[in-house]
Amino acid sequence: MTIQPNTIALAVEDLGKSFTLHMHGGTRLPVVSQVGFEVHAGECVVLGGPSGAGKSSILKMLYGNYLAGSGHIRVRHGGALVDIVEAEPRAILDIRRMTLGYVSQFLRVIPRVPALEIIAEPALAAGVDRAAALERASSLLQALNLPERLWRLPPATFSGGEQQRVNIARGFAGEHSILILDEPTASLDAANREAVIGLMAARKATGTAFVGIFHDEEVRARVADRIIDVSAFAAREAA
Amino acid sequence: MTPPAPRTPLLSARSLAKSYGGRLACQQVSMSIDEGEVLAIVGESGSGKSTLLNLLSGRLAPDTGEVRYRMRDGVERDLAQLSEAERRLLARTDWGFVHQDAALGLRMNVSAGGNIGERLMAVGDRHYGQIRDTAANWLTRVEIGVDRIDDKPTAYSGGMRQRLQIARNLVTSPRLVFMDEPTGGLDVSVQARLLDLIRGLVADLGLAVVLVTHDLAVARLLSHRIIVMKQGHVIETGLTDRVLDDPQAPYTQLLVSSVLAA
Repeated sequence: MTIQPNTIALAVEDLGKSFTLHMHGGTRLPVVSQVGFEVHAGECVVLGGPSGAGKSSILKMLYGNYLAGSGHIRVRHGGALVDIVEAEPRAILDIRRMTLGYVSQFLRVIPRVPALEIIAEPALAAGVDRAAALERASSLLQALNLPERLWRLPPATFSGGEQQRVNIARGFAGEHSILILDEPTASLDAANREAVIGLMAARKATGTAFVGIFHDEEVRARVADRIIDVSAFAAREAA
Repeated sequence: MTPPAPRTPLLSARSLAKSYGGRLACQQVSMSIDEGEVLAIVGESGSGKSTLLNLLSGRLAPDTGEVRYRMRDGVERDLAQLSEAERRLLARTDWGFVHQDAALGLRMNVSAGGNIGERLMAVGDRHYGQIRDTAANWLTRVEIGVDRIDDKPTAYSGGMRQRLQIARNLVTSPRLVFMDEPTGGLDVSVQARLLDLIRGLVADLGLAVVLVTHDLAVARLLSHRIIVMKQGHVIETGLTDRVLDDPQAPYTQLLVSSVLAA
């Protein structure tokens, strides 16, 4: 789906999060507070800052995988801005199907399902017909240099790098206008990092917005339009 | 922002309560499910999850509260107001129920083909050849060789019995299937195959499923939403991955942290 440049795809406002560990005497672990930033269509915003600063937690809140403690996460979904923080589970599932994609660091392997089917699934869920979805899956695997003999096999026995390429292909196979990337290139060699950068550039050109974490400095420098230092949002509260 | 038009859920329950001899098995439970949704009810033994499943499927009458179902004609009905004949027809056609113990869901002394065909005959199918063809077709879909069509379930392995139970349930194109620990008691490799089969069928057919399981990995693989129960109460509800990855309630945190990661 193509959206106009300069349109806000994602707006985060006053977002806060802490964990309460009930198994450990109710210890509260503050993660972040007062997080605020916007991501426009066709833009890539990279979250920076030291490990433990809460980068991954922010990405997980954007996807509705972690519960936000406070604030708003507004996502442009079907022409309207919808707040993930307040959305019902069904609404979040709909947003994930049509608008918001997520590429994690690891593939969650489903027993017995071949790589091509795993990748085609987000496209099918978004209403793409089966032939076109499989075609798209094939061309993504081609771009990511996964040997064709593996395409029809379940990825359970693939190497880490091969599984990650299946994971990335799956992430890019849908119709999402916003993609969240949590270190997608961590276990890839130079040629495949290049392939991911190429896929991102192509999607940015059609208006897809990216928010991500990239530890590799070269990749980060090449994909980021802006880098936001998450340590600025360190949770400050009385212990 | 325009919210989606409110519509009647497929199945909804309001303030359900049930006790057995003073012991509360289920208290103040409300929920709803739409077409294509898989809802997992998780909890330990005695949490009330099976009682809730039996209340939702009309197999048990609640002490208070009500369960409503949108029939195929679009009219929403209170289960308690259905006649016994209506309720039985519903259970045989528009609903399925997959038991943990296949002997509860199958006729163990009737052939596999007969087990599948019985549901078709219940909806008026009388053509023997067609019934047999449909049965053969469904055996194939659940990965049972057609050459086993005349065997009785007693001659089947545990995993095959569960797959036959699923075929028997799905042959009438139900919109809603209740599943009570469908993979319980099976070997791990057999479980994986069954889970994959269920996952595929649910997605292909757009089924609504209410799934009771104590296995959080099963809930994660199959369900969209989760209800966590303890001592008859709903402890936490939400998106499955949210509840499992960022559990809020002390009991949910205990449950999630008690699982060995494979």
